[in-house]
Amino acid sequence: MSEEKKNTPAEPGRGKEKEFDRRAFFVKLGLGSLSIAAAGTAAFSYQFLSPNVLYEPSPIINAGKPGNYAVDSVTLDVNSGIYLIRAQEGFFSLSAVCTHLGCMTAWKPELGIIACPCHGSKFYVFETNKIPGAKIEGPAPRPLPWLEVSLSDEGDLIVDRSKQIEPNTFKKV
Amino acid sequence: MSVAKTITSYFEELRGTRIWRSVFRSGTGSSTLHRALAVQQNVFLHLFSTKVRTRMLSFSATWYLGTLTFGTFLILVGTGIPLMFYYHPSVPQAYADTKDLQFVVSSGLFLRNLHRWSAHAMVFLVFAHMFKVFYRGAYRAPREFNWVIGVILLLITLFLSYTGYLLPWDQLAFWAITVGSNIASAVPVMGNKIHFLMLGGNMVNANALLRFYVLHCMILPLVAILFVAIHFWRIRKDGGLYAHQSEPKTVATNAVPAAAKGVQ
Repeated sequence: MSEEKKNTPAEPGRGKEKEFDRRAFFVKLGLGSLSIAAAGTAAFSYQFLSPNVLYEPSPIINAGKPGNYAVDSVTLDVNSGIYLIRAQEGFFSLSAVCTHLGCMTAWKPELGIIACPCHGSKFYVFETNKIPGAKIEGPAPRPLPWLEVSLSDEGDLIVDRSKQIEPNTFKKV
Repeated sequence: MSVAKTITSYFEELRGTRIWRSVFRSGTGSSTLHRALAVQQNVFLHLFSTKVRTRMLSFSATWYLGTLTFGTFLILVGTGIPLMFYYHPSVPQAYADTKDLQFVVSSGLFLRNLHRWSAHAMVFLVFAHMFKVFYRGAYRAPREFNWVIGVILLLITLFLSYTGYLLPWDQLAFWAITVGSNIASAVPVMGNKIHFLMLGGNMVNANALLRFYVLHCMILPLVAILFVAIHFWRIRKDGGLYAHQSEPKTVATNAVPAAAKGVQ
């Protein structure tokens, strides 16, 4: 476009002011339509590739009766990827998915910590003055998130994996 | 001597027949022109130079690393397509099908192992080829763009390797892809979106398996073939394979005017 502009003054019978002639208009119209079509295609492609309905397991887990859990116990549910922990203060649930690269962590009763087998991240559980889920060492960028624990009408413990809550929010039963 | 015909003379006769001439346009004869036309007028061979210095074809020039890489790619296509006849990219079936290929299907074990070993070999050879090109300085002008194409081909090779890793649907595959896809979510701002699009969900599941299957068997091989074609064609356009002593003079003399300008 800029080259055209440069050339026009040299040509006889063409004024400098006449920058926007019919040809330039149609070129702009064509390019404009193509860009709109391209943007639309990109938007539709993005929408097409993002599934609207997911057939993934429900984020809500029924963890059973509170009486099944002893005080100071850590229970890992491998299938749902959560810890249900009963501390002196009450129940709470930690995500068992390592915040580093998504591996399943494991409870180490002999050390009293949660550890990830993939890249060696370690997390506190019962340490005094430490928030459960906080990192001890390793590449994990964030502590293990606390998940919302509630009681159902039947008195079952319900963990909602889609809802992260503030640490040190215990569920008293 | 008219009774004892040689194989060459039979072949020459064959080349003269109407059917042969209809398929191969270069015609009979073994003159330099005919041999050049045989390359130039063939849809596959025309990507390559019609004339090559023997020195460039010696083992020491390239160690044949690029050709070997292409060879492994052909093996991977040749073994991958038969494997597709027995493999269903679905969660209940993928692992069982992989086992079936190993223990039930005739030659399944051979095809699967050949596919796997060739995949490992291809990744190794791509790196070896790039090291060879790099340390010989064969990436320099006028071959700079072909180096860029080569880097794209490296990425395609790695993506092919990565997507193929999920397909056996065993624990190794599942956790490798979990870890690998979480690396993608470390991208600033749009990381989680990329992760979601890549897996077609929030976790490695049926959608992820299908997506990786389509990428592995359709999209990435097609893109690879396209870029391999450009890569080969650019070798010819950039003056053939790089052999240090036989570089065309134009490349050497190009440096002279630039140096002369610097003096002025």
